[in-house]
Amino acid sequence: MSRLSSGDARPPGDAAAPDDTAPEEAAAENDPLREELLDRLTTALGDAVVGSEISRGDLWVRVRADAWKRAAEVCRDTLGFDYFCFLSGLDWMPSAPNPEESVSTDISADISADADDAPDADAAEEAEAEQEQPVTDADAAAPEGTDAQGGVVTGVAGGDTRFQVFARLYSTKRHVGVTLKADLDDDAPSVESIHTVFRGADWHERETWEMYGFTFIGHPDLTHLYLPGEFEGFPLRKDYPLLAREVKPWPGLVDVELMPEAPDAGEPANAEEPAS
Amino acid sequence: MTTIGERQQAAYVAAQAADARLQVELQTEQMTLNLGPQHPATHGTLRIVARLDGEQVVQADVVCGYMHRGYEKLAEVRNYPQITTLVNRIDWLSSFANEVPFILAAEQLMEIEAPPRAQYIRTILFELSRIANITLFIGEMGVQLGALTPVFYAFRDREHVLNLIEGATGGRFHPNYDRIGGLKDDLPKGWIDETRSVMKRIRDYCDELETLLMGNEIFDRRTRGIGVIPADIGLSYGLSGANIRASGVDWDLRRDERSPLAWKDCDWKVWTHPDGDCFARYWVRLQEVREATKIVDQLLDGLPAGPIQAKVPRIIKVPAGEAWVHTENPLGEMGYYIVSQGGLGPFRCKIRSASFNNTSIVPWLLRGVYVPDIITILASLYFILGDIDR
Repeated sequence: MSRLSSGDARPPGDAAAPDDTAPEEAAAENDPLREELLDRLTTALGDAVVGSEISRGDLWVRVRADAWKRAAEVCRDTLGFDYFCFLSGLDWMPSAPNPEESVSTDISADISADADDAPDADAAEEAEAEQEQPVTDADAAAPEGTDAQGGVVTGVAGGDTRFQVFARLYSTKRHVGVTLKADLDDDAPSVESIHTVFRGADWHERETWEMYGFTFIGHPDLTHLYLPGEFEGFPLRKDYPLLAREVKPWPGLVDVELMPEAPDAGEPANAEEPAS
Repeated sequence: MTTIGERQQAAYVAAQAADARLQVELQTEQMTLNLGPQHPATHGTLRIVARLDGEQVVQADVVCGYMHRGYEKLAEVRNYPQITTLVNRIDWLSSFANEVPFILAAEQLMEIEAPPRAQYIRTILFELSRIANITLFIGEMGVQLGALTPVFYAFRDREHVLNLIEGATGGRFHPNYDRIGGLKDDLPKGWIDETRSVMKRIRDYCDELETLLMGNEIFDRRTRGIGVIPADIGLSYGLSGANIRASGVDWDLRRDERSPLAWKDCDWKVWTHPDGDCFARYWVRLQEVREATKIVDQLLDGLPAGPIQAKVPRIIKVPAGEAWVHTENPLGEMGYYIVSQGGLGPFRCKIRSASFNNTSIVPWLLRGVYVPDIITILASLYFILGDIDR
């Protein structure tokens, strides 16, 4: 059954969409509760639902940014999601944050390189190299419902832009939750505030505003919550450098690097040893 | 006999009337009272800026962030086994309980499951963390209201629970004991018998505290009907745990959520209270400790034999995907939303901590209350600063 209205709402260029959704639906067969919720949400919002997924006993719905508040209202009023869990942001810009890529090579290069420009060049290369990676990954993982239409974005229920706002709602009576997502504009990310729908969203929107720079239209008091008032920049964006790492490489890298005296030098020693 | 709905309505009307009185009858000069950031009544570095009219609060602003450590950013540059060390420090009174949902989320994405014995030991330690945490609350609530004795009893008996946690994990406060696919170690010899005797001791402690505080007239007068949270308002703010159960919402993730942990194998009860005031929150937590000791006893009886670690790769790589796992922590619902792109560490790790939402209701709740009640209400909401600021 193709109640994933995403089929209609997807960009016309995405010919692979029906194929993508086929395995999802097969998997979703055995989750009538979430099927029904998704069905009702789709009926209420129409083509504002641009993506959805039901997998591993969880439900994701991606709506258009202009329907963000309406989606929250529908969830609360007609679907019975009475409990506000959290709201936050996602930045899908590819980055080289994790100790995964180029663990031993890049960091040591950074240490040895004393010139100012060298790390920058490295970073640019890295960024380029990774630009490829997620896309190919996503293509490979397409049967799971991850679609990368805009290039860099991968994620459950898809996405077209760099920034997404997402929120989790829960029903304390039916014990089922939903993750709502919405794509935001790259340059001026803004979305309507839902603090009138869920009071708890007030603080979460303040946090998301200072961490990601999303503007919540209609929020009464968009001031800093955690950070000092004069703080500049949006720390949780992927392009915000973690200064501690710029100054000094993470000593914890030793866990994933080759240990000199490791018994099996062919394989990096890891902190995660099975208990004997 | 009034129902809870009527009582809530009456409280609301009274609050409205208080507002109106403030504005119309008393044309007094307002003053600002600054509580914190270093103030014993705020349990840490939470700052409350209250505008007062006489003895009544007109508006209260909460200022937090004095202890913000940026764990969500730090998690993005660490690998999965290293992150348990970080999340230990979120709610430091029940550290082990912070590790569990994170590990479960990673396990869900990797599609592995720890063996039954590991799940049992996880659940036992989870409940021990709950006992260690809430035991302190039960004593501390008294000290906020001027009863000094209970807090000494609390520290005395919590020590036994911390010794148990130390015996099993090696760490009193920060065990860092949970691993993807299992646990660091098995339980030491003699631990089970010791735990049984401590559970009995904790039950005695609960009885003792009940007789010490519950019948006390001052305690009653200062908690009953103070800081009433209606259920729908609480849910809208995202209150969870004992705070929302004290408003009559029968919801406990240990019972209601599918989880690989062993709660489903135990017989226990989720207590609720219809009143939604400070007393109800205290009472529900007291029952929660009792139930937790029962859970631990039953799990010790049914502890299966077998391995404590599933087969995992030497280098933990989590497949791409998104997972949300939440558990019923001592302070309320705690969850991790992990976005993985197939690397050694998460691409994004959203930490949903209970105290953040539980505290966000404070500005609403403090409007119209009297100054001494600020202390009672803050104490009864029971937050840990590390859990607000992350």
